[in-house]
Amino acid sequence: MAISDVFQLLLIGLSQGCGYALVAIGFVFIYRATEVVNFAHGEIMMFGAFVVLTFAEFWGLGFWLGAALGLMTMAAMGYLLDMLVMRRMIGESQASIFILTVAIGLILKALAGMIWGFSPQIMNSPFQGQLSLGGIVIGTDRLAIMVGTVVVCVLLWAFFSKTRVGLAMQAASQNQLAAYYSRVPVRRLVSVIWAIAALVAAFAGVLMAPITQIDTEMSLFGIKAIAGAVVGGFGSIPGALIGCLIIGVSEPFLDYLYPPLKGVYAYIILLAVLFVRPEGLIPQTYQKKV
Amino acid sequence: MSALLSTRNVETWYGPIMAIGGVSIDVPEGAIVCVLGANGAGKTTLLKTISGAIDCRKGQVIFRGKEVQNRNPDAVAACGIAHVPEGREVFPFMSVEENLIVGAWGRADKDAVARDMEAVYAYFPDLASKRRDMAGFLSGGQQQMLAIGRGLMGNAALMILDEPSLGLSPLLTQQIFAIVKRINRERGITILLVEQNAVAALDLADHGYVMEVGRIVMDAPTAELRESDDIREFYLGKSDEGIRGEKRWKKRKTWR
Repeated sequence: MAISDVFQLLLIGLSQGCGYALVAIGFVFIYRATEVVNFAHGEIMMFGAFVVLTFAEFWGLGFWLGAALGLMTMAAMGYLLDMLVMRRMIGESQASIFILTVAIGLILKALAGMIWGFSPQIMNSPFQGQLSLGGIVIGTDRLAIMVGTVVVCVLLWAFFSKTRVGLAMQAASQNQLAAYYSRVPVRRLVSVIWAIAALVAAFAGVLMAPITQIDTEMSLFGIKAIAGAVVGGFGSIPGALIGCLIIGVSEPFLDYLYPPLKGVYAYIILLAVLFVRPEGLIPQTYQKKV
Repeated sequence: MSALLSTRNVETWYGPIMAIGGVSIDVPEGAIVCVLGANGAGKTTLLKTISGAIDCRKGQVIFRGKEVQNRNPDAVAACGIAHVPEGREVFPFMSVEENLIVGAWGRADKDAVARDMEAVYAYFPDLASKRRDMAGFLSGGQQQMLAIGRGLMGNAALMILDEPSLGLSPLLTQQIFAIVKRINRERGITILLVEQNAVAALDLADHGYVMEVGRIVMDAPTAELRESDDIREFYLGKSDEGIRGEKRWKKRKTWR
């Protein structure tokens, strides 16, 4: 294995990990705000990619306008999903909520199949060139994911720690009753968190589309993102980012070293981490109050 | 003085169990009113019913002449009621300053918010030196101060304090009660206080209610309550000795 191959695989792994991370971020946001583990998040990402595809290709609006409209649509969908469905589940058992999110995932997948069909579709994106830096060739599609992830993380960090709405959202997820007593409209903000999570997932879908093509199986991506979030320490944003990057980077190397287990390595890493450090790599500093 | 807050025959249930029933209290504008009672008497339930965290089955909660029962807690808080819950409920992963910023949610007057924040730091100098520290790492007393400070940031007309002395040393309790009194006198904020520490609460408040198993059993100015035999024996722990110099162990409360 030449040194340039190592870099090549590293870059591919990093971009893959960034894609996982974008999905995992939304997943962790929802978990932190409502303690709902949203197993439909990968499906939301897949659905978002299809919606953008519809706007950009089928309606001929072009990539940028289509992506903007598609992301807005997905944000609205996330908001409504919480307002009309998830909000009613407050106080129900974790098991029913789990089953509900799985069901939502199945519904979204079937719906996407009915609307757009089950065969993979290709989206024309402006990121289809290649860049070569000192013998290492990297596709601009992969570069776009990495840059996009960094931009999204910085924007989200600024939003949650610098704006009043963001602070109130943090407050609502740390101590819901105290937030209510401070006039914070917790229910509305939780819906906004769902909107943000859906938007970021759709963004991941758009960026991954040139690499994976768009089909209903794209939603499997969500399970690997969940694995990354668990590896990092459930409920911690930096943990989710690091966990996803670890999984993303190790996958291509392990695939290269021992191809027969291709595609299963994410779960092997998940199991290994859970055996050694069940609380994840970066757990929350202390248990959330109920 | 007209009552800023009144409850009329409030009845609240937890599933099949009635936690409080027929509770009517009046909190006059500018006053400090305390509600005393043992564990499980329904004091916290009463406060939660007032601030909308629990819905009541019967009765009214009237604030400034408007019925506010069974609204969402954020809507009740927006009317001008700041509930400082029991047990130092702060936002643990946010800094002291960020906690206070969230407390000012819904206020558009930036200058006044900045002034109020300085006022909170003036009341609680301990917090001023820890503005950037995470609230979860403050001491218990400081967390209680922060919870009260956050309540102040909402610029509410009525502040509801649920057991501010819980788990604090007697000295710290004294300090916090002194500040509550100053908040009441200097800022004209009406206070509804629930306490198990009857000595401190009776010293602070103008008027007191005593709750037992979900009902109000006494209602009198605190000066009168302090002299009442029942209060002296069961809440202040001062008993008159019997004829033979021993404590009567079977004395009944007169309201039963």
